[in-house]
Amino acid sequence: MDDLSVKTGKRVVVLGAGSAGTMMVNKLRTRLPDEWQVVAVDRDNAHMYQPGFLFIPVGKYKPSRVVHSRKKYLLPGIDFVEAAVEKVVTAENKVYLSSGQAIEYDYLLIATGTQIRPDLTEGMADGALWFKKVFEFYTYEGSVALRRALEEFEGGKVVVHVTDMPIKCPVAPLELSFLIDDYFRKKRIRHKVDLTYVTPLDGAFSKPVASRELGNLLDDRAIRLRPDFAIDRIDNETQELVGYDGTRIPFDLCITTPLNTGQDYVFASDIGDESGFIPVDKHTLQSTDAPNVFAIGDATNLPTSKAGAVAHFSSEKLIENMVGLMLEGKQPAERFDGHANCFVESGRGQALLLDFNYDTQPLTGTYPLAHVGPMKLLGRSRLNHMGKLAFEKMYWGLLMRNRKNPLPADMQIAGKKWEE
Amino acid sequence: MPTNTLNGYSFEVDNEGFFEDREQWSEDLARELAALIDINLTDEHMKVLKFARDDQAQTGLTPTLNRMNKTGGFVVKDLFALFPGKPAKKIAWLAGLKKPTSCV
Repeated sequence: MDDLSVKTGKRVVVLGAGSAGTMMVNKLRTRLPDEWQVVAVDRDNAHMYQPGFLFIPVGKYKPSRVVHSRKKYLLPGIDFVEAAVEKVVTAENKVYLSSGQAIEYDYLLIATGTQIRPDLTEGMADGALWFKKVFEFYTYEGSVALRRALEEFEGGKVVVHVTDMPIKCPVAPLELSFLIDDYFRKKRIRHKVDLTYVTPLDGAFSKPVASRELGNLLDDRAIRLRPDFAIDRIDNETQELVGYDGTRIPFDLCITTPLNTGQDYVFASDIGDESGFIPVDKHTLQSTDAPNVFAIGDATNLPTSKAGAVAHFSSEKLIENMVGLMLEGKQPAERFDGHANCFVESGRGQALLLDFNYDTQPLTGTYPLAHVGPMKLLGRSRLNHMGKLAFEKMYWGLLMRNRKNPLPADMQIAGKKWEE
Repeated sequence: MPTNTLNGYSFEVDNEGFFEDREQWSEDLARELAALIDINLTDEHMKVLKFARDDQAQTGLTPTLNRMNKTGGFVVKDLFALFPGKPAKKIAWLAGLKKPTSCV
């Protein structure tokens, strides 16, 4: 690797080459003149298609299918540095790598996402049952291990659990519950499985319209709901989740969603909040601490879902904000509205489609065209499920290739059935 | 949008009774609301509510129990003692904030 510790020309550094980082580094390379050096940093060369983690445990995806080369999706003219980050010192405009080397930058974009922290709940990562009877599905290793556990499972109490918000892709645990219901039904042992969804929120669906439209979905699938559960610890001897109020939830197999925080290096940096997320202006994505630093995706403290769709829609605003500031000194003026949409697997070959932003909860209606659809919002359909499956091709073929995506970045009210 | 009235106070709420506008909240109103769910609001309670409001003003989100612990420094068991049963929801309601939600 060249010595990047001192700049000779102009340089922008992007930390993280996952969904958000890859989209942005490609946009930056395309928009910036050659005199700008564009550097991408990631600790490895394995770009995971994270929605696939949902399909690995239930045998629908082979594990190898979700792993691609990061480099393969970076445009020519991007310098890729494969190294772990030790810390960012914005006061010096430098990123320090764990190798001891430093990278000096003019502008920095943080796109290093979130990580699960099973070590922050007593009896989770440090318990004897971890990866034996207590699993997660937010990592490659976790989803593969869970696949084996489900294969061997013959019946008993299965608990799908969320520790506390925020979590990456907040509906994923619910989707997994529906897919597991299908999975055991196909194995013809559903009647031997007692499936419970455990959440710290007051319901599986916490937004009013969604809750009204979808509230009976769990009942339909004979999935029990345990709302308002705040976990204190996991009792590995009795195989129970223990709440702060002393209530206990027994399990034979627990699929938990651990607490999420930003990456370790953020805690060692002079930027980032107590949970390791980067505070940014929720419309411009500019750091509230350093004007030449931006952040995107799960790594931020944006008051919306940690989801790829948020990264994708916000990237179209962020690129204008960054390039305007970098080339013309223009203050960021493009405003992201918090738009997200996602397909939610509801099992039985169907999915739901959600579309929302900072101010508007998921509503019923059609998408992307008013009255025409063809997708149905907040209702189950086979077409939505096909959309979810087809998204994998769109992800690798369009989004990660810097090809124009046809969907508008701002949320559209047309097509939605408006209600307060 | 329904409007609640209580001992001379009037404030807009959503269908579940959570405040639509955090500016319609006051400490005195919080005391009145607390009495309805059998909580006698002490300074300890008020410290929690004020943290929740300050944090929400900053982040745009009602803090979760985990955040109350990490950022606010409150012990979760104490929050259960102060706001028995469902502390996250009770704190949100008494602080004039939205209940903690997911995206759907």
